[in-house]
Amino acid sequence: MRNKILDTSTLDKELLAKLDAFIDSLEGDKQEHLIHVLHKAQELFGYLPQNLQLYIARKLDLPGVRVNGVVSFYSFFNEKPVGKYTISVCMGTACFVKGADKVLERVIELTGANKNEISKDGLFTIKDVRCIGACGLAPVMTINDKVYGKVKPGDVDEIIRHYRSIENES
Amino acid sequence: MKVKNYNDLVAWKEKCPRKLDYKINVLICNGTSCLSSDSEMISVLLEQELKSRNLEAEIRTIRTGCFGFCGQGPIIKIEPDDITYVQVKVEDIKEIVDSHLINNIVVDRLLYQEPDKTEVVGNSSGMNFYKKQMRIALRNCGEIDPENIEHYISNDGYFALAKVLFELTPEEVIQVVKKSGLRGRGGGGFYTGVKWEMSRKSPGDEKYIICNADEGDPGAFMDRSIMEGDPHSVLEAMIIAGYAIGANKGLVYIRAEYGVATNRVRKAINDARESGFLGKNILGTDFSFDIEIKLGAGAFVCGEETALIKSMEGHRGEPQKKPPFPSQSGFRGKPSNVNNVETFANIPSIILKGAEWYSSIGTEKSKGTKVFALAGQIRNNGLVEVPMGTTFREIVYDIGGGHPNGKDIKAIQIGGPSGGVITKEYFDMSIDYESLLAMGAMMGSGGMIIMDEDTDMVQIAKFYLEFTQDESCGKCTPCRIGTKRMYEILERLVNMEGSPEDLERLRVLGENIKNTSLCGLGQTAPNPVLSTMKYFREEYEAYAYRTKKTKYSIDPKLCIGCTKCARNCPVSCIEGSVRQPHYIDESKCIACGACYEACPVNAIIKP
Repeated sequence: MRNKILDTSTLDKELLAKLDAFIDSLEGDKQEHLIHVLHKAQELFGYLPQNLQLYIARKLDLPGVRVNGVVSFYSFFNEKPVGKYTISVCMGTACFVKGADKVLERVIELTGANKNEISKDGLFTIKDVRCIGACGLAPVMTINDKVYGKVKPGDVDEIIRHYRSIENES
Repeated sequence: MKVKNYNDLVAWKEKCPRKLDYKINVLICNGTSCLSSDSEMISVLLEQELKSRNLEAEIRTIRTGCFGFCGQGPIIKIEPDDITYVQVKVEDIKEIVDSHLINNIVVDRLLYQEPDKTEVVGNSSGMNFYKKQMRIALRNCGEIDPENIEHYISNDGYFALAKVLFELTPEEVIQVVKKSGLRGRGGGGFYTGVKWEMSRKSPGDEKYIICNADEGDPGAFMDRSIMEGDPHSVLEAMIIAGYAIGANKGLVYIRAEYGVATNRVRKAINDARESGFLGKNILGTDFSFDIEIKLGAGAFVCGEETALIKSMEGHRGEPQKKPPFPSQSGFRGKPSNVNNVETFANIPSIILKGAEWYSSIGTEKSKGTKVFALAGQIRNNGLVEVPMGTTFREIVYDIGGGHPNGKDIKAIQIGGPSGGVITKEYFDMSIDYESLLAMGAMMGSGGMIIMDEDTDMVQIAKFYLEFTQDESCGKCTPCRIGTKRMYEILERLVNMEGSPEDLERLRVLGENIKNTSLCGLGQTAPNPVLSTMKYFREEYEAYAYRTKKTKYSIDPKLCIGCTKCARNCPVSCIEGSVRQPHYIDESKCIACGACYEACPVNAIIKP
């Protein structure tokens, strides 16, 4: 990967400049800040495509494989684009005991996207996430920052329909 | 303000806006659970109402951390009347203002009602949920505004730090912590004082204090609640630890998923720095210390201290061989003292009230209190803090209120993916580190999942294995491949494709993984399987001998023919006429349980 020619033509120049400024502002050993940099990059770009990972590698003077190793290790980092709405179904124990798996099944059925995939219309990304700590509301699912508590599989239809209708209106 | 010496701190506390500066304080829970049920909206509306009636000068709203009673949220507490309202909705605000805050008439319909009782309870200390609790680590949660350092100071905040800096030598601090008997609250239960002593004695020019806030156990949320509800107590303890072991730098490693907690800790760090509790020459002494946040990125294994350190250094979070222990060679190869959030939260109270006071609470070997997160099939979901030695029965029935529908509770899963189950025969057992280990479970971080008679223990074990095999970092073979094979066997069993030999295979494989894995994740991963196999063998056998019933059915004697089940069935496999018993076509049933939930007369028979 080191010798691969870095092609950044698909990356937004302004965002790259912001990322550069962030990296330059870091103090101390820059390589130690890799995870911090990746958080920032994902915040800016939404996900971490390969050329962006390579760009970061060059910038921090690390082998590309080191960066990809870290990106693929942590579940928080996305290597694929994400939908406008990320539906996260909590798979913590409390939610599981109260039927979160059935909720997830229904979400997958209705959106047509599998776990960690994006739906065909680009609207939804489906994730099963680790305990978000709202166990009192189990089972819980979140759509971006909005939390839905005590969700029954039957409620999912209405919720998805709501987001689709927002899209159709705009 | 900047505190430059002890007198400054005392003077500041005197001036701090105390709770009774205002005629009335309205405390609104802003924990994650209540925030998800619109508590922010409630706070905003309440403030608007107060403003429109010109009551802002007399009545103050305080956004607090978690009250613990999450199942009854959003919660509002009114002081000094000591009235707690539960399950408050946005539309109730006007009534609370008009009736209670203005005319001093309590709104009865929003008070908590004990199950099976007719009278309501106004003050929280009268609720069964709080009666047996003792809050040390959670002492400020639900009491103060976590984003206001003055609230913390008015509750003796940073006085433990002052005591340490002005009255005790580092060795004396370590002696106090050792004598208190405090043990690590993150899982293993190692003696905190001993750890501090090891870190102090390790040679090194630079040392680090690390706070492990990578709370990953599904079903445990005490660390998050402490960071959200009382972040300064963690910071104060870290500074004290820094003084004790001779470190000048602290790091808090927080899960990326904990957004609210991260922001509050970040604000607390900034406020503490501005006030002179962090930075150079703290309180005018020659001791300097600063704290920085490191964000995780979603890897359960990073709760293991050596993996956590690797992650902080910007690597994949893979555990390292011990020894050397982090206290000898940790972050950047320097001696590093790693403690968990709840452990730290106990430190200021121990310093102020003394080791004797702390060690008088609890059992012979497990001192103090422990916070547990109650979830699953239990009436009172939430966070509870009880003295060590409390029994499971007290927690589940006296505090937790038992099953929400009065069903039989058959087991408690404790310790998350590393723990095991406690069956109802053992509910009178005292909760402490040793008793739990003897049962094949462990304290873990303190998640308690309550399971009723309907819970399928094989599915639960499979759930945990799916979690650990997915979270295995892949560095060592027993964990990477072993947990995967165990998961496959479980999958085969629940798909009715297993055989009786699979049970022995599971056991042997589990024992091997426990004995040969590199870190705590692998060494404990088989626990949920081994423990459920020990206590619920008949459930495994039903799968292994393929006698397990997997489809739902209807008891024709109980069915009243209301058609609710048929209308709720997603695959339309229920038939029957109105007022006639219904039937489920088992060949089409997907066992989703929708009919079971819908039935008003409990006529659906669960597999």
